[in-house]
Amino acid sequence: MDFSIIIDNLPLLFKGLGLTLQLLVISLIIGFILSIPLSIMAASKNSWVRIPVKIFIYIFRGTPLLIQIFIIYYGLAQFDWLRESALWIVFKEAYWCAIIAFALNTAAYTAEIFRGAILQTPKGEIEAAEACGMSHWDQYQYIILPSALRRSIPMYGNEVIFMLHATVLAGVITLVDLFGAAKIINSRHYAPFESFISAGLFYLVITFTIVFIFKLAENHFLKHLKR
Amino acid sequence: MTEILGGYLPLILKGMIVTVEVAILSLLLALLLGIFAASARLYGGPISRSIATIYTTVIRGIPDLVLMMLIFFGGQILVNNIGDKFGWDYIDIDPMIAGIITIGFIFGAYMGETFRGAIMAVNQGQIEAGHAFGMTPIQVFIHITFPGMIRHAIPGFFNNWLVLVKTTALVSVIGLEDMVFNAKVAGDTLRQPFTFYMIVGALFLLITAVSDVAMKWLERRYNVGGH
Repeated sequence: MDFSIIIDNLPLLFKGLGLTLQLLVISLIIGFILSIPLSIMAASKNSWVRIPVKIFIYIFRGTPLLIQIFIIYYGLAQFDWLRESALWIVFKEAYWCAIIAFALNTAAYTAEIFRGAILQTPKGEIEAAEACGMSHWDQYQYIILPSALRRSIPMYGNEVIFMLHATVLAGVITLVDLFGAAKIINSRHYAPFESFISAGLFYLVITFTIVFIFKLAENHFLKHLKR
Repeated sequence: MTEILGGYLPLILKGMIVTVEVAILSLLLALLLGIFAASARLYGGPISRSIATIYTTVIRGIPDLVLMMLIFFGGQILVNNIGDKFGWDYIDIDPMIAGIITIGFIFGAYMGETFRGAIMAVNQGQIEAGHAFGMTPIQVFIHITFPGMIRHAIPGFFNNWLVLVKTTALVSVIGLEDMVFNAKVAGDTLRQPFTFYMIVGALFLLITAVSDVAMKWLERRYNVGGH
């Protein structure tokens, strides 16, 4: 193995790393913002509100993310009306298609996590809030969501790692993320060990960093649940 | 129906068979590795325990597609380097084999964790009772630990299986003609990528639904006499 290839290509790998982190952070932020109303709707007792969201979650969790990206990036080009509309500026770019697919996907998984946590809110807390005369809206804002989001931290940490690993699919639709960079190095030098092992190490380090951040967050936000 | 899909329905269904084959063969490999990993972590000495720990850490830290590329392209070089020494002809690594090895290897780690948790969940008193009756450790495992463990392992096992099925979509990236690959071929030829990717997405949901029925049956079967 000849790791001087990697040294020579470090700038490319770091550029890829930058794109990977950028895709990850942007999709996580959009996905998180979407997931909160979705989770409240999925936990609703009203089936007109609940069922459409449940279907969205079922479809996005039940199909491979690769298919979701292909549908958005390659599939939508099938429709002439879309190609002629102003939206095409967004959908013709692999970058935006990747972000849309990642954000919708993580929104579905995260909504499912939060939904579970909302439904597990201790009854006593809600009754106490009602006894204090809190409106439905206030209950969510001050009691249910803060408690549910805290209890979701460990599961959400897994979802963030899952999303990090999912960003490699950007490399499949022509973007040069960390995986895309490794693919380029491999095809230029025919050095699969050097390129994919180095990319793997980069991912390993990011994964450990995320695990560490979430451990800190758990210690901070879940102190009251520690025994 | 065949006319609507421009005669490409048989191709998609052929791809679906490949998808299911890859999924089932990877599952078998994953079960085997999972049993090894779980036993190494529970009953092994310090060396086998640390190998099992490294195995699970690496798998959880590196994206599946990076591992698949490493095994597909790297395996090619490795096999031919060995082949050179023995004077074999050039050997092409089959994407199906590379896919099965990678997916089996990845999910072996997850299965290992599932089995470890399930074995630890078996009632300790029952195991002690077995020993007290004079059963050998092997008899205790076969008659008490194993049947008890299956019940606890079913939900985790099923969850792993669903993720595994979705992961098989990645083999299309290394050129195996599964249903995702064939959907691309058909979609590009007929200029209907959206239609074909949607069909394949629906087929993935179908596999999920069928698995769901199978799991319900298994759960009922193994919960006989359960709580």
